[in-house]
Amino acid sequence: MSSRARRRRFDLVPWLFLAPALILFLYFKFIPMAQGLKMSFFEVRTYLGDRWVGMDNYRQIVTDDRFTNAIKNTVLLAAATTVGSMALGLLLALLVEGKARHLWFVRTAAFIPVVTTLAVVAEVWRIMYYPGADGPVNSILAWFFIGPQHYIDHEDTALLSLVGVNIWRGAPYDMMIFVAGLAGVDRSLYEQAAVDGAATWRRFLHVTVPALRPVFAILFTLAAIRGLRVFTEVFTMTNGGPNGSTEVLMTLIYKLGLQQGYLGVAAAGSIVLFVATVILTIIVRGLYRKDARA
Amino acid sequence: MSTTDRYETVLGLDSYRGPVAKVLKLLGYTVMALVFAGPLIALLVGSLSHVVDPTKFSLIPEGGLTLQNFIEAEDRHVYEYLFNSFVVVGLGLLLQVLVSVFAAYSLARKRFVGASIIMLLILSTMMIPEEIIAIPLSVVLADIPPFHFDLIGTYAGMILPVGAWGFSILVMTEFMREVPIELEEAARIDGASELRVFFLIILPLCRPALGVIGVFGFTMIWDQYLLPLIVATEPSQYTLTIALRGLRGDEEVGIGVLLAGATLALLPSVLAFIALQRQFVQGLTSGAIKG
Repeated sequence: MSSRARRRRFDLVPWLFLAPALILFLYFKFIPMAQGLKMSFFEVRTYLGDRWVGMDNYRQIVTDDRFTNAIKNTVLLAAATTVGSMALGLLLALLVEGKARHLWFVRTAAFIPVVTTLAVVAEVWRIMYYPGADGPVNSILAWFFIGPQHYIDHEDTALLSLVGVNIWRGAPYDMMIFVAGLAGVDRSLYEQAAVDGAATWRRFLHVTVPALRPVFAILFTLAAIRGLRVFTEVFTMTNGGPNGSTEVLMTLIYKLGLQQGYLGVAAAGSIVLFVATVILTIIVRGLYRKDARA
Repeated sequence: MSTTDRYETVLGLDSYRGPVAKVLKLLGYTVMALVFAGPLIALLVGSLSHVVDPTKFSLIPEGGLTLQNFIEAEDRHVYEYLFNSFVVVGLGLLLQVLVSVFAAYSLARKRFVGASIIMLLILSTMMIPEEIIAIPLSVVLADIPPFHFDLIGTYAGMILPVGAWGFSILVMTEFMREVPIELEEAARIDGASELRVFFLIILPLCRPALGVIGVFGFTMIWDQYLLPLIVATEPSQYTLTIALRGLRGDEEVGIGVLLAGATLALLPSVLAFIALQRQFVQGLTSGAIKG
């Protein structure tokens, strides 16, 4: 009986069910996070022991040209990808919303890039972007009398080419979310607007866009965060090249930390990226809340 | 043409039914499907034909179909990489689903002190993207405190870090809250143990949600790149995704084996998506809209 009395005060059962998740999170999320924060203040040296360097690693990030270049590229890539994917995604959503079977088919086909492993996307697009007049993309452009272009093989076009791939994979994702959002818009509002004599685009602007506002906020946050921590596609397609023109924060952090052994600097870079992500999320959430209240 | 059709969608495209409109729509939708699915269909076609270089990458196979690329893939160890991938995704997904349903059971159906803090902790893990902790994770994996296990170069190193996933837990928790309490109470009155209630009452009712977290978990683990890159120390430990870039051919070898490898890496996630499409879209929208 005493055990039952004790159980009433502290029930072990929920904690036993939670234990696996908590242990895994502890080891592979929270300890690494703490470890990263710690490492960012040290010069990490194998065998010799770590040496406290205070803010030096952070100072290096702010002053090192490679980091400022990587931050610039990351922000450009993230911003262009986010805006491009959302704009194209919304346009596609408007074209394919509806219940007809053929629309479902088009949506499914367009969505396949989203579920394709990034490493495969990267290899396919390395082939698509094959330089010279015979490359697949250049061959298609030739049908429209556009001469061969440079892609990831050239400093001036490499980052833009990566934006293209990211939009190709990002737009169908946004499209699917927008389609779900559009399905939730009250149909009678469209009819009402039409009765009031509003043209299609005014109906879109005054009925659809306001109704989709929460979807915009969520997609923007998700895409921006995903954009800031971009790694796989850049690593596999250009690995930061040519000549640093596509170097992003994560590829630089990977090189510094795991290939050159500057773990402290790499950890500091990761913390900066983390803080940027958190700030961005808070700003968007804040704006969205204010918006919802108004 | 009925008026309701006209206002079913923003653009009301359904109400344009003339022959010109039909042709334009067909053309538009074909172009759209080809832009997005085309390169991947070309990959599939290329892997089954004698493609030697990227300039021959197209939707129409040149010179008939062949399995040659998949046979040559054997020599380049593609099937060993594929095996590694299957081990990681198989055990990883099993672990992830179990961990998620256990945690969700607790969060959804138990009242206990600290539940809201745990919920907050789980939400906070979703704010820590795996890329950001990659560098310190490599240090932690090499020396798991306090036991000093070294997981670098092991399957466990690729599997355990994906074992707990906030998204899965949240989707499952949300779903389990909806299971009526009466069923559970009836079983308890009959004297069923905690585990019996869980496995025989709750879990079978959660089958739709299991589909959602299954397909998302599969895609998430299959898509892992940085983690196997950190954990694998030699090519024999590579998963297919990180081995792909090593399969890029030179002028002589051609891109055939790369295409075969990429096709093998592509098919599982695409097939999983097509098979569980409803669950996928459901999870996508619920996950995105609820944050």
